[in-house]
Amino acid sequence: MKYVDEFRNPRLVRAIACRLENAALNPVAIMEVCGTHTMSIFRHGLRELIPRQISLVSGPGCPVCVTPAGLIDACAEIAAVPGVIIASFGDMIRVPGAGTSLENARAAGADVRMVLSAVSALDIARQNPDRQVVFISVGFETTTPGTAAAVMQAHAENISNFSIVPCNRTMPAPLRLLMEEPGSAIQGLLCPGHVSVITGSSAFEFLPSEYGIACAIAGFEPADIMQGILSIVEQVENGNPHVENCYGRAVNPGGNPRARALAEEVFRPCDAWWRGLGLIKESGLALRRRYRSFDALQRFGIEPAPGNEPPGCLCGKILRGAATPVECPLFEKKCVPSSPVGPCMVSAEGTCAAWYRYGIGHNRIHQTDD
Amino acid sequence: MCLAIPVKVIETRGGTDALLDPPVAIVDAEGIRQEVRLDLVDRMPEPGDWLIVHAGFAINCLDPEEARKNLELMNEMAGQVGKAADIS
Ligand code: SF4
Repeated sequence: MKYVDEFRNPRLVRAIACRLENAALNPVAIMEVCGTHTMSIFRHGLRELIPRQISLVSGPGCPVCVTPAGLIDACAEIAAVPGVIIASFGDMIRVPGAGTSLENARAAGADVRMVLSAVSALDIARQNPDRQVVFISVGFETTTPGTAAAVMQAHAENISNFSIVPCNRTMPAPLRLLMEEPGSAIQGLLCPGHVSVITGSSAFEFLPSEYGIACAIAGFEPADIMQGILSIVEQVENGNPHVENCYGRAVNPGGNPRARALAEEVFRPCDAWWRGLGLIKESGLALRRRYRSFDALQRFGIEPAPGNEPPGCLCGKILRGAATPVECPLFEKKCVPSSPVGPCMVSAEGTCAAWYRYGIGHNRIHQTDD
Repeated sequence: MCLAIPVKVIETRGGTDALLDPPVAIVDAEGIRQEVRLDLVDRMPEPGDWLIVHAGFAINCLDPEEARKNLELMNEMAGQVGKAADIS
């Protein structure tokens, strides 16, 4: 397939790996922020190609995983209201809150449907004028503009049976928090490719300039990821941290201003809770006054509780890159994809799910650790 | 929800009104036809163009010239290593 096969060419990937082997003189700790990168690294077996002195940790880049438990309980509470249809991205349905999940609500009779886009949720509202349709709006910069477009459309068409639970988060804020964490060992950041399509590279400039972190924006094919890692290692070795755009075919330096304008029309920044990270200033999005009537939490008068994480679950640490799944006593035992304890085991982009799916069990980790 | 692979435009429709008749593209995503919204891209793509799609919306048109440069740079790296490996 065009624009895919070229960047999967095994000869090319191996050659970049070979250059990486030569470049990596010292240990380098790199965080891959985006869950799609995590999955791609496993799927293509890139961990085997990356020199041992480079450690990769996953970050808070799975929008489903960072949604606080209290907000999930609130969604389940709305789902239980008679006549409501919940429209949600698939992963969100199975994520456990503090007390329940959308899946449990469905088992108890709620109408919970999976959609791939906010636009499909709006379609459901058009088709069911006598039912309230609530879209669970998770996502980072990449997802928010499309949701904004759907809300604007609902507003223009006066669709009064459509609303959203705004769970959207913005990416750079938690990265600052992680870099400021005492003892943070992270030297490089593989920046999320598709968030960057929207924000442009400038959103990450503060990382090298304020924290000396080497950054590379990378695509999702094996050669893209290997090149991104190589760029970070070279930046660290040369003492020249900056933001390198290794994904020029999709990311313009200025990002996508049109998409940002749509998001800004509908949403304003607000302080928000993240699972594992706590309350982060201006890291969430609330509906602006003009669109506030589309806020499902207000419509149904529900106030999310600052819910606790499931007992024993290490997701909080995992989302901060401070632990790996095998350090969690529940991993592969009580917590498996078919009955997940925490969100990281649910989402296709979740770190625990990736480790489980690709069988990165204890042996492999002991190899890396010694 | 994040489609990491680009999709190819087959045809485009709509676009007479940004809100009431938003522009859409019919795309081929690994053999499956899908409709994606074009609200977020700054130009109407042509059939045969490639799009990056996320949650039902195209977020950018892929730039073929930049894709060529991407690959050239990678091949350059690979080439250098190849030579070094030949010598040793
Ligand atoms: S293995 Fe399960 S319980 Fe443990 S951190 Fe991951 S999601 Fe949480």
